[in-house]
Amino acid sequence: MRIVVLVKPVPDPASGGERLGANGRLDRAAVPAVVNGNDEYALEAALKLTAAAPEGSEVTLLSMAPASAPETLRKALAMGATRGVHVTDPALAGSCAVSTAKVLAAALKQLEFDLVLAGVDTSDGLGGTVPAAVAAYLGLPFLSYAARIEPDEPAGTVRVRRISPTGYDLLEAPMPALISCTQALGEPRYPTLKGIMAARSKEIATRSLADLELDPSTVGGAVATTQVLATKVPPARGATEVVRGTPDEGATRIVEFLAQRRII
Amino acid sequence: MGDLWVIGEPGPDGGLARLSAEVATLARELGASSGRDVVGVVVAAEPGAAADELARHVPRVLSITEPAAADHAWSALAAARLAGLLDGAAPAEAPDAIFVGAGPDGRDLAGALSALTGLGVLTSATAVTWSETGPAVEMSAFGGKLLPTSGFTGGRGIVTVRPNVVTAVPAGSPGTVEARDAGGPAPPAVKVVERVSEAGAAAPIEEARIIVAGGRGVGGPEGFGLVEQLASVLDGAVGATRAAVDSGWIGYSQQIGQTGKIVKPELYLALGISGAIQHKVGMQTAGSIVAVNRDPDAPIAEFADLLVVGDLFEVGTALLEQLRARPG
Ligand SMILES: Cc1cc2nc3c(=O)[nH]c(=O)nc-3n(C[C@H](O)[C@H](O)[C@H](O)COP(=O)(O)OP(=O)(O)OC[C@H]3O[C@@H](n4cnc5c(N)ncnc54)[C@H](O)[C@@H]3O)c2cc1C
Ligand SMILES: Nc1ncnc2c1ncn2[C@@H]1O[C@H](COP(=O)(O)O)[C@@H](O)[C@H]1O
Repeated sequence: MRIVVLVKPVPDPASGGERLGANGRLDRAAVPAVVNGNDEYALEAALKLTAAAPEGSEVTLLSMAPASAPETLRKALAMGATRGVHVTDPALAGSCAVSTAKVLAAALKQLEFDLVLAGVDTSDGLGGTVPAAVAAYLGLPFLSYAARIEPDEPAGTVRVRRISPTGYDLLEAPMPALISCTQALGEPRYPTLKGIMAARSKEIATRSLADLELDPSTVGGAVATTQVLATKVPPARGATEVVRGTPDEGATRIVEFLAQRRII
Repeated sequence: MGDLWVIGEPGPDGGLARLSAEVATLARELGASSGRDVVGVVVAAEPGAAADELARHVPRVLSITEPAAADHAWSALAAARLAGLLDGAAPAEAPDAIFVGAGPDGRDLAGALSALTGLGVLTSATAVTWSETGPAVEMSAFGGKLLPTSGFTGGRGIVTVRPNVVTAVPAGSPGTVEARDAGGPAPPAVKVVERVSEAGAAAPIEEARIIVAGGRGVGGPEGFGLVEQLASVLDGAVGATRAAVDSGWIGYSQQIGQTGKIVKPELYLALGISGAIQHKVGMQTAGSIVAVNRDPDAPIAEFADLLVVGDLFEVGTALLEQLRARPG
């Protein structure tokens, strides 16, 4: 089983310091980058699936990201991925989701795979459309919101439990296919010391737009479909009222509070 | 000047998804303020009921029958039919904006449609106004720390809208429904083998006006009994932290936060929740936040409106009694 996992470096949400620069683009210098949380679930699923059928198996990370990305990708390699492919080009700064999907699709055309796994969305919070768009560009079946992934290699098909509002839908499609992944697939492993050592010598191949045979006038910042018009910071919440006392007193204050705010 | 399109998603009962009625109301308001016509589009195996419901909100609905949607994933099919419709549309009919709900199906649809048409997407709108250059879409970035307003460089694009941005209100007079053939590409088949309803599956938390949420402090599945009782007496839904979900006390569909759902209820009542940043990003825009925690220094003390310091079982039980004793 050959799996490509789409991983995006994002500003560490736990740092609390993310911000946009003057040009409305993410200020990447402001905070350290980490692998997007949902992409770690996708990678964990890929590692489990390949471990179950190790013969000829490999997990390739694919990332479109600025020049500093390899530092972030090393951690994912340390978890057990086989290699990385890093698409980077000055013309890609400021790409919109449409461009990102186009570029990832072009990079995938140069790779061999049975499955592509992506995260359902990214923690910087404005996305969630790249996986469906990549699938549409490549004409791949798209199975989203996966809580479980069950490939049937002899039959050449894959089944996915897609989380639905009332339970789940069981989906089936021929491989190759693209699957977007949720946390319900299971906790990502921690890299072992051995994994960290091994990751140092794993290959991260760099690809430019020219390598992907993409014309820089058709992708990237120059043809972004969206632009930030303005930003504001949400109004700060008021001071917290702290109540100590007996449970009854606490409950009474909650009821009063809800009544004052006309919630009940 | 182009129209505004609203995608009517088929709901679980064959009618219109609740969120689509909100999106239609928003589009109608924008149509009125920008002088544009609003057109609804429904793609389904049997679009009749959803199209009729959508026509209560907008003056004109295009109804597209797609038999394959009966047992295939909806979003890629709907995106293909919409791309076909856009391709065949007279220039005067081409929309300036396409609005769809920001749920899983709406997102999948928006992604696929953006690839098929090259149109940009602005996702998870928390507010939309009309500007000189087209829709101005407010979103919530970095878990709500920043609210950028964005537009489309070409003036046109696809917008996904979060629940509870507006309240759904039917139009004064109902609109008309026209059946259409759409054409468009045949997307790769993704079969729905089975739809499974899990016992006790709760109402979608994104749409709830009141959420009572439990964390690790709730201590186990039995503890969620109290959370559920409080939610029921307040006519709200049950939410949870990842710690509670990972422990198997409650389903992932109830998780709120960075890798769960983002909610904006009028009231968020947090029981035994520390308020870690990954949880906070999913609920910090709630109208009112009330927390019960025995640790007065838990991070949630910094952003709750009211913090009751105490044991959640003692305070929660007293609260349940008092709420039940209230008249009306
Ligand atoms: C990539 C990533 C993604 C994540 N995504 C999410 C996410 O989407 N959602 C999410 O919630 N978390 C997420 N987390 C986890 C997050 O960091 C926290 O671990 C989690 O939110 C903690 O849950 P908690 O508040 O229930 O538990 P804890 O942090 O353990 O807090 C429990 C609280 O309960 C209080 N308490 C205990 N017993 C009682 C009692 N009897 N009465 C009153 N108070 C009591 C304690 O004082 C404490 O404050 C994510 C983490 C990572 C790394
Ligand atoms: N620049 C990128 N490089 C690699 N994968 C990406 C990139 N952007 C998005 N993805 C993938 O698409 C998923 C959803 O991203 P988004 O639609 O941007 O929220 C992520 O979780 C990744 O798996």
